[in-house]
Amino acid sequence: MRRVRAWLPGLLLVTPSIVAIGVFVYGLLGWNFQLAMTDKHDEVSEGSFVGLRNFIDIWDQARWHLSVNHAIVFTVVFVAGALVLGWFLAFLMEKGIWGEGTFRAIYLFPMAVSFVATGIVWRWLMNSGMDERAVGLNRLFDAIGLPQWEWFRNQEWGMAAMALPAVWQMSGYVMALFLAGFRGVPEELREAARVDGATEWGVYRHVVLPLLRPVTLSALIILGHISLKVFDLIVAVSGKQIVTDVPAVFMWVAVFDSHDPAKGATIASYIVLSVAVFVIPYLIWSVRKERRS
Amino acid sequence: MRRRWTATVAITLAGLLGLSACGGGGSPAQPAASGDGGGGKQQVEVFSWWTGPGEADGLQAMRQIFEQQNPNLTFFDAAVAGGSGDKAKALLASKLQADTPPDTFQGHAGAELQGYIKAGDLEELNFLYDELKLADAFPAQLVEQISVDGKIYSVPVNIHRSNVLWFNPAVLKEAGVAGAPKTIDEFVAALEKVKATGKIPLSIGSEWTVTHLLESVLLGSLGTDAYNALFKPGADWNSAGVTKALESFKKIMSYAGSPQDDWQPAAKQVADGEAAFNIMGDWAYGYFHNPPDGGLGKASKTDFDWAPAPGTEGTYLWLSDSFTLPKGAKNRDGAVAWLKVAASKEGQDAFNPKKGSIPARKDADQSLYTDYLADALKDWSGDDLAGSIQHGVAVNQPWLAAINEAVGLFIGTQDVAELQKGLAAAATANAQ
Repeated sequence: MRRVRAWLPGLLLVTPSIVAIGVFVYGLLGWNFQLAMTDKHDEVSEGSFVGLRNFIDIWDQARWHLSVNHAIVFTVVFVAGALVLGWFLAFLMEKGIWGEGTFRAIYLFPMAVSFVATGIVWRWLMNSGMDERAVGLNRLFDAIGLPQWEWFRNQEWGMAAMALPAVWQMSGYVMALFLAGFRGVPEELREAARVDGATEWGVYRHVVLPLLRPVTLSALIILGHISLKVFDLIVAVSGKQIVTDVPAVFMWVAVFDSHDPAKGATIASYIVLSVAVFVIPYLIWSVRKERRS
Repeated sequence: MRRRWTATVAITLAGLLGLSACGGGGSPAQPAASGDGGGGKQQVEVFSWWTGPGEADGLQAMRQIFEQQNPNLTFFDAAVAGGSGDKAKALLASKLQADTPPDTFQGHAGAELQGYIKAGDLEELNFLYDELKLADAFPAQLVEQISVDGKIYSVPVNIHRSNVLWFNPAVLKEAGVAGAPKTIDEFVAALEKVKATGKIPLSIGSEWTVTHLLESVLLGSLGTDAYNALFKPGADWNSAGVTKALESFKKIMSYAGSPQDDWQPAAKQVADGEAAFNIMGDWAYGYFHNPPDGGLGKASKTDFDWAPAPGTEGTYLWLSDSFTLPKGAKNRDGAVAWLKVAASKEGQDAFNPKKGSIPARKDADQSLYTDYLADALKDWSGDDLAGSIQHGVAVNQPWLAAINEAVGLFIGTQDVAELQKGLAAAATANAQ
């Protein structure tokens, strides 16, 4: 009886969320994978099991290759950009800037804006008009003598430009992560390094940065999974145009325009799997680490 | 070490929670339960994508007639913003799948409705056509092109024309182009002349406007019969004729300016004298001509002018907005009452002058339609008809998605053979 009293309230407390997550996350995930393995290529047909055929066939489509390439370019530019910029901002803050609180708030503010709002503003900023037709960034670049760009409408490097609003939005958050990390490095360790004759750069290189590794990893995971499933930003900036196609937009077109549920589910499955590639090693690593400490 | 680690995890989780909180979607405004506030009046939910200037005014005008004729019904406007109805159609799809259809919804007449018909979402409207003798009121070719196995599923309210070449007379004069080009070859020559002046020869918008351009080039190069045959079962998209048309398309696209956000900025380049030509549907007329709060306030024939797209004179590449009767509509009688207004001469003559389109009925009051619309009305009564691709007449939604994909990829690769392969595959997969 006493034993039951020990575990029952806890179990009752978490049961609703276990059930909700079971149904709405894992249940629907399972349904999606099941749908992806059928030939239900329109809304009315029943769809019979075809195994992994959809997963293989999609690699024959030029558009799929394009959208995967776009997702990779976007991810590389966005993750690297946000990490570097976020780290740099945190570094400046940590050096004790005057009015730190204000700056911190300013850098964090973009986080409060939705990707859709960001996208609409940046669509204007990244207008491809040049010279007398220039508006937004091109107007500014024209005025100060920098080269003007086609931005996201460029066939080769459009996705790199598309990552700029995402970097703008998320680097403040990365800064907050790193700043917490910097603050967590005990002053005594730095003192010790300085006493041993380390330069200021050496202190960062050999003491602070290694201690920031868990923070960097968390930031990488968060940015990586946002990046691989990015949808709202792209749609707000350029709609469903092929020049900025990514898997999530392709999925939307497959379901709502092509009316092909199985294809949409296949793309959705690939998105989940690609995010899992990021998240699962992280989970394993963190569980192991917690056990060790 | 442990504590720092916990702190990191806490921040991470807080961040994730914050992100997912931003992700929730607001549900669209639901109509109040019928019978509310109207003293026992019943509500009719009318779903459309008419929210812009002009089109929303037209809808209001029809609404007034509807409420006058049906004092016991109230009109609930369930319009969803977004040109060409992209967002509206996505929301509609989820409503239909959940079996909670609006009482009536807007759709492009023609093949676009095939998906809904196949899924059993729509009631056939032959009874209404018989009751109101609509088969005589609409042109015979129109009734034929919207019938599926002798059944009709929608009531066309208006007719738009897709194959219109808009141009700036001053820019043409400067370039030494005598008038609107009549053939594809003349068009290319005119584009070349404009290029020499440094102006943009042809303005384009986002990728769908390129598909819109393609349909006019296909029609202009192939001719009406060969164009219409492309959408019959067993059509040959691999023919030399299509190859020639696509080569011309590539040539024409090489004169295009940098892509604009949508069709309006592209049309504006013509009105502002930055570009010479733009091929866009006749909804552009309202944008050019309407006073500044909804249009550009330009004078027709001097600031901008129009002609049928090169090679398409004598053919009306049409599209039409229409209303339907979904199965399981909550207020079926109310929906039928709405369809009657939409089909009536009075309703169409109230709606169309505001929307900037012509009525589908043959017996419209001609004095209401002036300037461009008078031209359009005249052509509509005499021209051959061909159905638009981009606007849902000739091809169903999956086919259109496949065509848009092929065109979008072509913009990047400029590979005519790949484009033709993509178009042929799209036809094989979707023609019926």
